[in-house]
Amino acid sequence: MRYSAMRVLLEGLTGNRGWKPVWRDPEPKPQYDVVIVGGGGHGLATAYYLAKQFGQQNIAVLEKGWIGSGNVGRNTTIIRSNYLLPGNEPFYEFSLKLWEGLEQDFNYNAMVSQRSILNLIHSDPQRDAFARRANAMLLAGADAELVDAAQLRRELPFLDFDNARFPIRGGLFQRRGGTVRHDAVAWGYARGADSLGVDIIQNCEVTGFNIDNGICRGVETTRGNIRAGKTAVCVAGSSSRVMALAGMRLPIESHVLQAFVTEGLKPLLPGVITFGAGHFYVSQSDKGGLVFGGDIDGYNSYAQRGNLPVVEDVCEGGMAIMPMIGRARLLRSWGGIMDMSMDGSPFIDKTHIDGLYFNGGWCYGGFKATPASGYCYAHLLAKDTPHPTATEYRLDRFARGHLIDEKGQGAQPNLH
Amino acid sequence: MIINHPLLGPRDAAEFVYLGDASLIDRPDWQDPLAAEKFHDYLYLRDNPVGNHRELWYHEQGDRSWLVVTRNTLTHEIIKVELATDVARKRGRSR
Ligand SMILES: Cc1cc2nc3c(=O)[nH]c(=O)nc-3n(C[C@H](O)[C@H](O)[C@H](O)COP(=O)(O)OP(=O)(O)OC[C@H]3O[C@@H](n4cnc5c(N)ncnc54)[C@H](O)[C@@H]3O)c2cc1C
Repeated sequence: MRYSAMRVLLEGLTGNRGWKPVWRDPEPKPQYDVVIVGGGGHGLATAYYLAKQFGQQNIAVLEKGWIGSGNVGRNTTIIRSNYLLPGNEPFYEFSLKLWEGLEQDFNYNAMVSQRSILNLIHSDPQRDAFARRANAMLLAGADAELVDAAQLRRELPFLDFDNARFPIRGGLFQRRGGTVRHDAVAWGYARGADSLGVDIIQNCEVTGFNIDNGICRGVETTRGNIRAGKTAVCVAGSSSRVMALAGMRLPIESHVLQAFVTEGLKPLLPGVITFGAGHFYVSQSDKGGLVFGGDIDGYNSYAQRGNLPVVEDVCEGGMAIMPMIGRARLLRSWGGIMDMSMDGSPFIDKTHIDGLYFNGGWCYGGFKATPASGYCYAHLLAKDTPHPTATEYRLDRFARGHLIDEKGQGAQPNLH
Repeated sequence: MIINHPLLGPRDAAEFVYLGDASLIDRPDWQDPLAAEKFHDYLYLRDNPVGNHRELWYHEQGDRSWLVVTRNTLTHEIIKVELATDVARKRGRSR
């Protein structure tokens, strides 16, 4: 069923009785050409692009819970392509371009809102660093705009410009950045993939791989064994758990990241704003809640809930740039498990086991990557060569000394 | 989380800095013929288990000792706390 304004009108006039479930609930078949493990944003996008762009049929997505139950439904919904390094920036810009056409492409309202992202500058050295970043962005075909404090005072008068410790000296805007309704991304890709014949199988946990002479022939699941020509894992925070079933150790630690939303307020924040002297980012949802977050808790965790010291740290960041946030009441907070990699950058790669592919290591920034991650993973699965924007995302890059370390922190996942 | 420091008693985890898996104590021998490979695994690969995890915490805002904390990564429950020097000595390391 195609969605359109006409359809909404017709259904409205006839009691909304014509709407159908958005995807099927099929029984798993014994064999597929491609089995995708993990029904998060990346798994569903991979299935969608495999079917749509790369002409593959006979695809299944296996999800242990319900689709969207992982990080795709827990993130703070920010999209941007303001990276510095050549291994990253073209990929994230490709992703932002895919976001720009996504809703028309999969005929679903994902509420893609290019309301801008602003990184605040608090010192002269930081301005130099952001000027360099802005140039890297422009070179990759992205947009970037360095602004001074006078202009910011006009655009965002509520910021605490004269804060004694962290005065605001300017900012780096990416006007094409913004937010997207996260659940709708999962639903839109699921609906799009389903309509192209992909089986989306929920409540189906992968419990083992069927590996024979170095070749992966399929998976064992809570709903029986499934044979697969190619097996594509993308389970985000569960990466180490799942790949351990294939005997692999990964350059990944799992950490918890918390997020927060306040009660609904009148329109206040025009776009996404990030603090430059600590870790804090905030935007306002269309329902009016201020959605914000900051650092990961910093210790290995699979708990999907964090601790109070980070709550305090995040709120201090908020108070430092916009003290009025102290008047808002917190409605909810939650946590998700991040696949933090050793250099802060992801993997989209084959493994040493034939027929077994791995996508993960997205850290706290994989939501914005969803379209490109799906597209590039589908490219790799269909052609066995990486997409031109994802050639650096290899598992062997540490052994080769080709890290993609945006922050220059070294092999310390909790600092990325 | 409260870490029961073997010398100082119960301390808030916020006083500590977290390093990671306690296997970092077992630094490979640089003269090993397979040293390059072993250092790669030592530096970059992690078990990252669900459940009990032995990990290194540094008491930065306290007595600046290194601790080996056994903690459940699913419940955040702290099961055991040892001084890292004791752990290293038990493994035949002098320092
Ligand atoms: C609080 C928070 C805020 C964030 N904010 C942002 C942001 O503002 N911008 C941004 O770009 N990114 C953000 N992220 C990161 C982003 O959400 C993730 O990087 C991204 O969603 C990960 O990819 P995914 O959608 O495929 O993961 P998930 O949705 O987690 O999908 C993985 C799926 O695999 C399933 N699975 C696991 N094990 C198995 C198994 N054995 N068998 C079958 N299925 C299995 C899980 O149930 C899950 O549904 C944030 C994350 C969190 C937690």
